[in-house]
Amino acid sequence: MREITYRQALNEALDEEMARDEKVFLMGEDIAIYGGAYGVTAGLLNKYGEDRVRDTPISEAAIVGTGLGAALLGYRPVVEIMYIDFIGLCMDQLNNQVAKIRYMFGGKCTVPLTIRTEGGAGRTLGAHHSQSLEAWLMHIPGIKVVMPATPVDAKGLLKSSIRDNNPVVFIEHKMLYNTKGPVPDGEYLTPIGKAEIKRHGNDITILTYSRMLLFSLQAAEILEKEGISVEVVDLRTLLPLDRETIRKSVMKTNRVVIVEEDTKTAGAGAEIGMTVIEECFDYLDAPIKRIAGADVPMPKAPNLEKLAIPSVESIVEGIMEVMK
Amino acid sequence: MYEPSKEEAARLLRQMMEIRQFEDKIMELLAKNIAEGGSHLYAGMEAVAVGVISSLNPDDYITSTHRGHGHAIAKDGDLNALMAEILGKKTGVCKGKGGSLHLADLNKGNLGANGIVAGGLGIATGAALALKMSKSSKIVVCFFGDGALNNGITHECMNMASLWKLPVLYLCENNLYAMSVSIFRACSVKDFKKRAAAYDMPAEVVDGMDVLAVKEAATKWIEYVRNGNGPCLLVCNTYRYYGHSRSDPRVYRTKEEEKFYKEKDPIPNFAKICIQKGWLTEHEVKQIEASVTKAIEEATEYAIKSPLPDPEELYTDLYV
Ligand SMILES: Cc1ncc(C[n+]2csc(CCOP(=O)(O)OP(=O)(O)O)c2C)c(N)n1
Ligand SMILES: [Mg+2]
Repeated sequence: MREITYRQALNEALDEEMARDEKVFLMGEDIAIYGGAYGVTAGLLNKYGEDRVRDTPISEAAIVGTGLGAALLGYRPVVEIMYIDFIGLCMDQLNNQVAKIRYMFGGKCTVPLTIRTEGGAGRTLGAHHSQSLEAWLMHIPGIKVVMPATPVDAKGLLKSSIRDNNPVVFIEHKMLYNTKGPVPDGEYLTPIGKAEIKRHGNDITILTYSRMLLFSLQAAEILEKEGISVEVVDLRTLLPLDRETIRKSVMKTNRVVIVEEDTKTAGAGAEIGMTVIEECFDYLDAPIKRIAGADVPMPKAPNLEKLAIPSVESIVEGIMEVMK
Repeated sequence: MYEPSKEEAARLLRQMMEIRQFEDKIMELLAKNIAEGGSHLYAGMEAVAVGVISSLNPDDYITSTHRGHGHAIAKDGDLNALMAEILGKKTGVCKGKGGSLHLADLNKGNLGANGIVAGGLGIATGAALALKMSKSSKIVVCFFGDGALNNGITHECMNMASLWKLPVLYLCENNLYAMSVSIFRACSVKDFKKRAAAYDMPAEVVDGMDVLAVKEAATKWIEYVRNGNGPCLLVCNTYRYYGHSRSDPRVYRTKEEEKFYKEKDPIPNFAKICIQKGWLTEHEVKQIEASVTKAIEEATEYAIKSPLPDPEELYTDLYV
């Protein structure tokens, strides 16, 4: 199968959906002429024109708010918030308007809006350009939260997000854009709300998502040599969580480690861990362990930045502890 | 035209050269991967920071932007500590925890660069509120780019400041672009003076490539603000020479436009005026340049040789 980057996979998804449905259009800062801060929308302006690929002013609240208005009238806007760190500027629109409007209006409208953004550390950009804020979003009933880790999922999930009649926040990771992986030619969709087992194992389950999937797979490789068979579950969607895949894996391995890049306290892992407790507490042979980001703003210094998020080593160590 | 003394002319030239050479050096360090991460460089815009900040008292305040190296240097920043901060070193002005986007030096009245466009507006306006409440004669200069004009908090703060007559000078650095998007594609009102009219505050637009023009206008408006008349808006028309950030291929602007603004380079043009007016000799200009080069080399060496922060620093400074 051909191999393409995560960035190309996302670009193909946008291109295919725009070609398929003229109601799909793109809006965001520097997405047209520049092609997006991370290059995801490159080439689409030339292909679809300024009407459907719109550069906006630096007005995050209005980007999301107008996306909602257009969605209510039948368009399928895909809006971009350049860094998830800027999501605070549009949080009112997202939380009070986008997420609630259908419910408040008695189910009489739909909001087919996709909000693309990216997050995560790794480029030593400091506290305003490195955050993982997925837990904020998981707390909002009425939206979906998708976080792909591989090119194949990035493409399939973005296409599904655009076709979904609900608002979806689609969170990419800045350190994944250049990663490559096999992506089939032609049309396919990846279902929202479905986790995927990326590595099968019997002794312990890692529940993870986004860039931490890559670290977890490396850790699993190392642990295999130590005789520990690790199952790695890529959650892919954080809201709604795929409770069934989580349950089945834990019932098989009886041990769970959660690997997440966001800060630990009230992070995504807290919800994931409680889901395990609710679904299959009786099957656990050891306490659940979270390997998570440090509860601090992201520091600039490259050594501190590495320390602030999980590493392959800290995952290996954490699993060894749980296996003791 | 503003007439500086001989010493003042030398200081203005020196500071602009410091900023230019500092930024050229950062570009070099980025290319060599000695500096990591992003850096928005101020080259081309030196006359704005230097013209405005040299007109303040040392104990006045500023808020800066994501393009903050120039403001930090002009606000009497220590070159060594600034360079070290950009490299994320222990000896940096924020102990290596902030980086280029969060340069701050509170002892010098620099309330910080900001990773969020328009992020400084609230801080500046609130600082001005505190100054007014404490009957201080100090003021705040709030730097922001043309791009920040379009974020909501800018409007909220300008309204509040005008309503409460706060001592803040809003300083818009109009370099024609917010990343790749030109003001003509982002702003419904092209004449930014009109923005101030919406909040019933005065405004002026000046040539931000001319340090003396900036200084003349800044001096006038700083006095206006200091005298309790409330806020004002000063727009400095300028240009950034490098791309928005390192990876920017600059496809959104023409080579002709870049050339046009290169010819308006604030540094050689001001040096020429200094010589013509007899404020400085050609030899003195060369001496200043050479001494700046030396200072930048020293700062670079200092920063590179400085250690990274200790691992324990990860958890310090979160709460008092
Ligand atoms: C709220 C917010 N939105 C977007 C960005 C990304 N961004 C950083 S700088 C920039 C352009 C800012 O333009 P302007 O205010 O004109 O300042 P300039 O870079 O021209 O100095 C953008 C879009 C950001 N940092 N913060
Ligand atoms: Mg600008």
